[in-house]
Amino acid sequence: MDSHATAHSEAHEHPAHLRHHFMDAAQQKESATFGMWLFLLTEIMFFGGLFTAYLVYRNWYYPAFVAGSHTLDIKLGMFNTLLLITSSFTMAMGVWCSETRRKSGLVWSLIATIILGIGFLGIKTIEYKEKFELHHVPGSSFSAASFVNPPLDAQGKPKDTPLAPDMAIHTEVYFSLYFAMTGMHAVHMILGIAILFALLIKSAKGQYTTGHNTTIELFGLYWHFVDIVWIFLFPLLYLISRH
Amino acid sequence: MSTLISLPDQSTARVPKKNYITNENGIMSWLLTGDHKRIAILYLISLTFFFFIGGAMAALIRLELLTPQSDLMASDTYNKVFTMHGIVMIFFFLVPSVPATLGNFLVPLMVGARDLAFPKINLLSWYLYMAGGCLALYAMITGGVDTGWTFTTPLSTHYVNTNVVTTGLAAFIAGFSSIFTGLNFIVTIHRMRAPGMTWFKMPLFLWANYAAAILMVLATPVVAIAIVLVALERTVGIGVFDPTKGGDPLLFQHLFWFYSHPAVYIMILPGMGVISEVISTFARKRVFGYSAVAFSSVAIAIFGFFVWAHHMFIMGVSNYAALVFSLLTMLVAVPSAIKIFNWTFTLYKGSITFETPMLYAFGFMGLFTIGGLTGVFLGVSGTDIHLTETYFIVAHFHFVMVGGMLMAFLSGIHFWWPKMTGRMYPEKISQLAAVVTFIGFNFTFFPQFLLGMLGMPRRYAAYPPEFQVLNVFSTAGASILGVGYLLPVLYLIWSLKYGQVAGDNPWQATGLEWQIQSPPLTENFTEIPVVTQDVYDYEWLERQKEHEVTHVG
Repeated sequence: MDSHATAHSEAHEHPAHLRHHFMDAAQQKESATFGMWLFLLTEIMFFGGLFTAYLVYRNWYYPAFVAGSHTLDIKLGMFNTLLLITSSFTMAMGVWCSETRRKSGLVWSLIATIILGIGFLGIKTIEYKEKFELHHVPGSSFSAASFVNPPLDAQGKPKDTPLAPDMAIHTEVYFSLYFAMTGMHAVHMILGIAILFALLIKSAKGQYTTGHNTTIELFGLYWHFVDIVWIFLFPLLYLISRH
Repeated sequence: MSTLISLPDQSTARVPKKNYITNENGIMSWLLTGDHKRIAILYLISLTFFFFIGGAMAALIRLELLTPQSDLMASDTYNKVFTMHGIVMIFFFLVPSVPATLGNFLVPLMVGARDLAFPKINLLSWYLYMAGGCLALYAMITGGVDTGWTFTTPLSTHYVNTNVVTTGLAAFIAGFSSIFTGLNFIVTIHRMRAPGMTWFKMPLFLWANYAAAILMVLATPVVAIAIVLVALERTVGIGVFDPTKGGDPLLFQHLFWFYSHPAVYIMILPGMGVISEVISTFARKRVFGYSAVAFSSVAIAIFGFFVWAHHMFIMGVSNYAALVFSLLTMLVAVPSAIKIFNWTFTLYKGSITFETPMLYAFGFMGLFTIGGLTGVFLGVSGTDIHLTETYFIVAHFHFVMVGGMLMAFLSGIHFWWPKMTGRMYPEKISQLAAVVTFIGFNFTFFPQFLLGMLGMPRRYAAYPPEFQVLNVFSTAGASILGVGYLLPVLYLIWSLKYGQVAGDNPWQATGLEWQIQSPPLTENFTEIPVVTQDVYDYEWLERQKEHEVTHVG
């Protein structure tokens, strides 16, 4: 299409980024923005299914959900939340830089966003690894034993309230949702980081700082969306009963 | 019988040399195109292919049911055949049928734009559709799947050992194709209407596709996540739907039907849009109660989101939920009836002619009404408990989907064929095909209502001998129906070369798409039109023609 658009722009003196089927740049930008918001709406519905499942099972198996959430490391979760919020800030800085045509600012903002995003995934990997070691990953190797007989602390008392065996097995539902929800979120992060690399290469070549920055703006929306999903996931998965 | 068709003088008429088909040559110019019209043609070809795959499955089902014993194939095979029939027909034919072919072709033409808002995403949607379709075929060839098209848990997660994950993935991918089509339509209709094209000057085809697009965008992601969870449950063994771990299979049903009920409106609404255009054109009248018909599309879309649990009356939902969902289900009948009544009033005192699209449209109105009213039987939870999982259900949704949607699809294909190809289909034989389809359809599916009332369950290869007479009727009808579907393929292909040259506006219709050359240019409009006339304004069209005559002659 690029050659097509160029041919047109020569004929009608349109800006180079204006696609041939739009009447003007304003219409193109409005359409793209509207399309992105609609896409985010589909994403909300996608995660909505998981949140519905969470709502139902948390009501049914509250003690199992509490016990499951106690095995997560709040400090790591907090730190990850901090990383993501910071990455949203650097992304917003990137949008601002592209708007005000600051090329190096844009490049460094995108690099910072990538690093923070990868940092988040790294910490998530550490958390997942621990779940594997404790047999808390749903599936054939899952074991609810540590919820019936919680490990003891230094004074010899159980670290957490023991669960009855028939409630303890429901921790598997909690961990199913934990992995499904954080996993889906991580998939969105990985896709986002892949796109960020592509944007970074193009920004380094000087694109997006010539007045046409819709792409950066819309990717910013996506990144904030992924961030917001985590803002919901963190309290729902880590902070049950900690009020 | 008077006729409406006005064709240019055939001895001198030529299909315009410069159009979207001749614009570029070579297979790659089609596979990498961003032109909505070419993508529509790609979809039309691939949809027809999948339709006949699904149709072949239907033929096998009907052959098996010719006799009470399961003699043609084993029960296992029968399960796979009806499952693949459902999956192919629903995900790869009915859901994309009108939106992806006629909608893709016509939405930009009708709003007066040069293309859909996102041409690359439009092309991507076709590739996703093909990827999903090929994956489904692959799953079918390498062992098939036998869960029924609903992937019901725990059957799909624990008790069958067939290609559930592959087929689920195919539906998942096809879902994204549908989301992208819907997204494109919504943005195009909101942001790309030509100057003067207000919401209430839009053809009802646009309103219908808009309503369907809302459903595509909001409902499809929910089934996507449901399929992901089923796949994770099968492969990893997570416990969201597994009762032994505390999960609830009913939750799967809720998530699945939250999409799959609105999905039937994704399938039918664009068809209703076609019928509005056809009825208006061949009755030479503005659609009666235009705004009521427009809003009824949106109302169907909105109500459609709140009725899903009527698929679950026998599955252990609470009685109170059944009561509420039963009531809401009956509410859907109101906007549907508004449409049928308004089309009927459009016909009243119209100058009706009986070209093929109109014959299919009449077929739609009759069969959809029967299908819709039997839907009310099923919406009432009392009768539903008697009729569900019987052939009554099968007959009901085939009346709506095949009698309704497929008729509308064929009506639309015939109606816009001259615009898409520049040539007319042969009128006499296509009228014959329409009549054959109607007769074949009724022979096939009406007996199934009776079978369902008598208690014949669906999804079994064998049945008690007393049901055989009606089943033989049904199978005989299906073979007539098959002829009715093969005919259009043959004569439409024939017409590509030998059909009469259609000219710009063979139906003397009012839509913007009819005011440009057939087939259109790649850029659709040389100048973006300014819309001053009202929608379905036949007097405006008459004045235009007089204007041309005085100026040209």
